[in-house]
Amino acid sequence: MKKLAAQILGPTALVTTALTVYLGIWVTPQDDVQGNLARMLYIHPAAAWIALYVGFGTAIIASLMYLWPRTRSTAADHVAASAMEVTLVYTILTLITGSLWGRPAWGVWWVWDARLTSTAVLAVLVAGYLALRRAIDDPELRARRSAVLALVAAINVPVVHFAVVWWKTLHQGATILTPGSGILVHGIMAWTMLLSFIAFTLVYAWMVRERYRIAIRQQTRDDRELAHAVSARHSEGGAA
Amino acid sequence: MSTVVRLDDAVVTAGRFPVLTGLTLTARAGECLVLEGPNGAGKTSALRLIGGLESLARGSGEVCGIDLRRGDRREIRRHCGWLGHEGSFYDDLTVRENLTFAARAGGFDLAGLATSVEAVGLSQRLDVRAALLSAGQRRRLGIAWLVMRRPSIWLLDEPIAALDTSARIFLQGILEDALAKGVCVILSAHDNTMELRAPVSRLTIVGGRIEMGESS
Amino acid sequence: MIRVARLVAVKDLRVEWRSRVILWQVLPFGVMTLLLMGFAEGPETTLSPSVAAGLFYVVVLFVSMLVIARSATIESSPGTANSISMLGLDPAGVFLGKATAVFLEVLLSALILLAGTTLLLHLPLALALHSLPSVVLVVMGLSLAGTLYGALTSGLTGSPTLLPLLVLPTMAPLLIAGERTISAIATHQTWSSWLGLLIVFDVGYTVAGILLYGVVEDS
Repeated sequence: MKKLAAQILGPTALVTTALTVYLGIWVTPQDDVQGNLARMLYIHPAAAWIALYVGFGTAIIASLMYLWPRTRSTAADHVAASAMEVTLVYTILTLITGSLWGRPAWGVWWVWDARLTSTAVLAVLVAGYLALRRAIDDPELRARRSAVLALVAAINVPVVHFAVVWWKTLHQGATILTPGSGILVHGIMAWTMLLSFIAFTLVYAWMVRERYRIAIRQQTRDDRELAHAVSARHSEGGAA
Repeated sequence: MSTVVRLDDAVVTAGRFPVLTGLTLTARAGECLVLEGPNGAGKTSALRLIGGLESLARGSGEVCGIDLRRGDRREIRRHCGWLGHEGSFYDDLTVRENLTFAARAGGFDLAGLATSVEAVGLSQRLDVRAALLSAGQRRRLGIAWLVMRRPSIWLLDEPIAALDTSARIFLQGILEDALAKGVCVILSAHDNTMELRAPVSRLTIVGGRIEMGESS
Repeated sequence: MIRVARLVAVKDLRVEWRSRVILWQVLPFGVMTLLLMGFAEGPETTLSPSVAAGLFYVVVLFVSMLVIARSATIESSPGTANSISMLGLDPAGVFLGKATAVFLEVLLSALILLAGTTLLLHLPLALALHSLPSVVLVVMGLSLAGTLYGALTSGLTGSPTLLPLLVLPTMAPLLIAGERTISAIATHQTWSSWLGLLIVFDVGYTVAGILLYGVVEDS
């Protein structure tokens, strides 16, 4: 069952993405005010959703699993690291699409509003996580410290989520759910947007799975190299 | 004498380099275990592993009944005391302040401080900063730290390096006293100049594992 | 936990008192940085309170980096690190103790730099005094988060550059909230939500440090 799910993940991601592109470009109407620019609706929110919640959430859960003795495993560490790498990609995508959307709408490529700023901060935090991992050779030390960093960095995620609610900002209010009001996007646009969320989530899952498989192959290679290094040291001992 | 340290085929890595490549040894309460071997053999790494300062990449081990893989390494460390050839304390604090910190950290009565200082001959240096002590005096301060804490395993990394004859004799006396009280002493040494009136086992480590060993 | 925290805080403060690194190195660095801010603005420019406040907090952040890095290296020599590890101190207590020592050191520096900001960058004195509660909360957040991050990067290759990379993005909300509080006070707007953010941040990192410092220290 697991194997079947893994086999269809890639094709399903591809199909849903293709459908999103088709609907987003050729089927959904222009917006009355923003025109074709509104088609960013099918990229930017989904990318932000993955970056801020799905990606980071996966890394946090995997980090918690690593730190909890009963669920500690190298697999959890690999999942956390893979999720963070893909999260960085989506965070940068969120910022780029946000800038592309904002330039015609706001007149500038960047504004110092709370949500954009917090997302940029999140991108640097994730980059810092990856930098920490690169600075540590020992696998257990690397896993522990990066798991702690992921949990600590998670404090930043609610700051991003509530930024629009807490502060008066230039950024569009929460598009899907606003406190005390209904959904603001309707009809085919809403369905396409929902499909984009599904497509991006599937692509994310596929990317994390592939990155995880690479990590497992790297670990197998490292174990083999360690065995060779141990034998080599034994020879050193014999020669001495 | 009960076994307090057991290592089975222990492998420890530093990055990708295997510093210990299958170390197997046991040590008992009241026993002195001397680890000999050339530079880079893995003697310090073995001490660090026993002290709960390194993690096992492969193999198994127990210290004071606590598993090195699954057990609480902080608890292992509480059973051990460390004396390195570098300083083991705060250079900016005085002898008195260092030992007071160690005593309070372990919840010990400060009345024992005077006894420890007396035992190591630093009574005249109580208010001198550790950074200003000579190498021999710093080693004595490290020993006082151990005496104050009274751990059940003493891990000494090349304790006689840079010590003159009288200092070596002094250290031997301290170790014999500790061994008589049931402490397990594990120390690393380049050479065979430590003569103790106590059961001594000598193991030679080469290439990260035991090449040969004997007990006396 | 409290006993260990007190023990560690007193020890760290005593080490600092003996070495006087804050007095002779960190504070002069902070004052020089304030001067450089003034040079960058030019002699004819009059800074608004919000700009002066922002520059003040940037300098405080740089100063806190130095203090945090110093705190993380007090036990950095291998022998000392091994011996202290053997004490088996309660890690939550160690975290609170180190964070308390860093807090007191950075707060002292921040108060002196705040006075410097009123002198050199013309931040109104009344405004500076009214912003003291937010300064305390910001410094508390810097100390708590910085102590945890200092432990995360201690003993690693490149830790002098890795620590700022990890700490600076985390501190961004503190700087924003601190500067916006002063701006809000200056323009007679409400600033309670900013204080709320600071309190949430400080509580969050206190809990995180108590729970996670032991995991980092053990590794």
